Amino acid sequence: MVFIESRSGEVKKASLEAMGRARQIADASGGRVDAVLIGSGVATLADSLADRGAHRLLVCDSPALEDATGDGIARELAAIVGQEQTDIVLLSSTSLGKEIAALSAGSLGTCVAADCVDVQIDGTDIIIERPVLAGKAHLTQRVLVRPAVITLRPNYGEPMKGAENAAVVSVDAVAGDGSNEPRRIETMESDDQKVDLTEAEIIISGGRGLKAPENFELIESLAATLGAAVGASRAVVDAGWRPHSEQVGQTGKTVSPKLYIAIGISGAIQHLAGMSTSRNIVAINKDPNAPIFSVATYGIVGDLFEIVPRLEEELRSIL
Amino acid sequence: MKIAVCLKRVPDTATRVRIGGDGKSIDPADVQYIISPYDEFALEEALLIREKAGEGEVTVITVGPEAASKEVRTALGMGADAGVIIQAEVALDPRQIACALVGVLKDRGDDLILFGRQSVDSQGAQVAALVAREMSLPFVNDIISLEIDGAKVRVGRDTDGGREVIECPLPAILGCDKGLNDPRYPSLKGIMAARKKPVETVEAQPVEASLETIELSLPPARPEGKIVGEGPDAVSELVRLLREEAKVI
Repeated sequence: MVFIESRSGEVKKASLEAMGRARQIADASGGRVDAVLIGSGVATLADSLADRGAHRLLVCDSPALEDATGDGIARELAAIVGQEQTDIVLLSSTSLGKEIAALSAGSLGTCVAADCVDVQIDGTDIIIERPVLAGKAHLTQRVLVRPAVITLRPNYGEPMKGAENAAVVSVDAVAGDGSNEPRRIETMESDDQKVDLTEAEIIISGGRGLKAPENFELIESLAATLGAAVGASRAVVDAGWRPHSEQVGQTGKTVSPKLYIAIGISGAIQHLAGMSTSRNIVAINKDPNAPIFSVATYGIVGDLFEIVPRLEEELRSIL
Repeated sequence: MKIAVCLKRVPDTATRVRIGGDGKSIDPADVQYIISPYDEFALEEALLIREKAGEGEVTVITVGPEAASKEVRTALGMGADAGVIIQAEVALDPRQIACALVGVLKDRGDDLILFGRQSVDSQGAQVAALVAREMSLPFVNDIISLEIDGAKVRVGRDTDGGREVIECPLPAILGCDKGLNDPRYPSLKGIMAARKKPVETVEAQPVEASLETIELSLPPARPEGKIVGEGPDAVSELVRLLREEAKVI
């Protein structure tokens, strides 16, 4: 069973990746994939999920869930998992996905195999792999309990397209009066619809080499050109140049984009830990001995204030 | 207000990891341990709430080896009133840790139980949630603001499109994120006072494992990278490589 997360009326790509992975597992082990939509007004998303690899689409759409947080959604998910006697529950390892996974696992009397980069079925065994210590080590574990609640790291699965149409089944909400539940009372959308760092395919990160907070304009402009998310080193977050939500590293976000461009970041061990699972890393730094070059796929040594504008210019001409 | 703060002892984030002889855990030689950084936000918030109210009690609770008394003393030095160590010399899985905590928390009657949003070693972001379900208490993770209002608490957190404010009845369990406050350092006076504060050591009740570690290994080495060149003249070659070799743009 795959929990589907959406944002601004669109299914998250990370959820489609989880569906693709679930379908591979089901095809190899002879199982069925149920995708689950839970919330208020989520039924409208069903069409976009029809051919993404699920055999059935379970839709729990209830106005009672309008201001529910992860707590209320997880209650519904755990109830559906129990009803369907599901063996494996997959969620995407986003902030909300992690909260819902952990609370659902709590309700089901189990725990989460969290932030996995791989899930393998070996007979009746479920074996997962995940980075720990922000990628400084790699852990292989056997999940001993059922249902196995697993969160998958974004960018570690391929969405499927053109699968057979899923049968839509509507499911009643179990929501109580919500009196002992957290309720959302206010939502503020930021104007720029930012890409979340953990889900971004491309991240442009800046560090102290930028010399002043206003110079982050270079990073933002390059990010806009590439449709990328903006990241930052701990040094510039601690200095108050950037919000903590942009911090990449062991005490910030652990990211695995297809392309990570580190600009003016020397590469402290706790930063490297947070981004070294990126597929491709570009480092731009004036110090040829900076540790960031030890993990970089491609490096340019030199003055970022000359290199970055040129990079943006060249990218603009081809994109 | 009675507040419990759950802390975890973790390797310092500057640690270079080596794998231990069992192939399933890190080699503890030369590893410095610290309070998991997010847990410090939880502790600081508890201290701020107590200071603002002018009354209350902050207890820190940890599940870990006897050596975790060092981290508990640090927390007492920052200003917590008492500590509890739930002794576990072997590594426990998240459910086992949660059940050990519930064993202590269930009879305490705290108004608020605070955690860090996740530990920086296993990064599962789940023990607080598991405790919440075991105790039938509401849970919100990743909070960056907190305001007590009578029998309710209002918390804020970042979402990927902006911010949200959530109202939650007390008692509640909350996971604290960076941005909530600036944790204080223990003062010399605080450290002296900490020596006289009560620290209780209790045994964890055994709970069956949910996850079994097969292997802990170092991550696969990254393929050797290349320096494309120096200065802005190297940009064209970089763009070509990203397009033709890496195929990412």
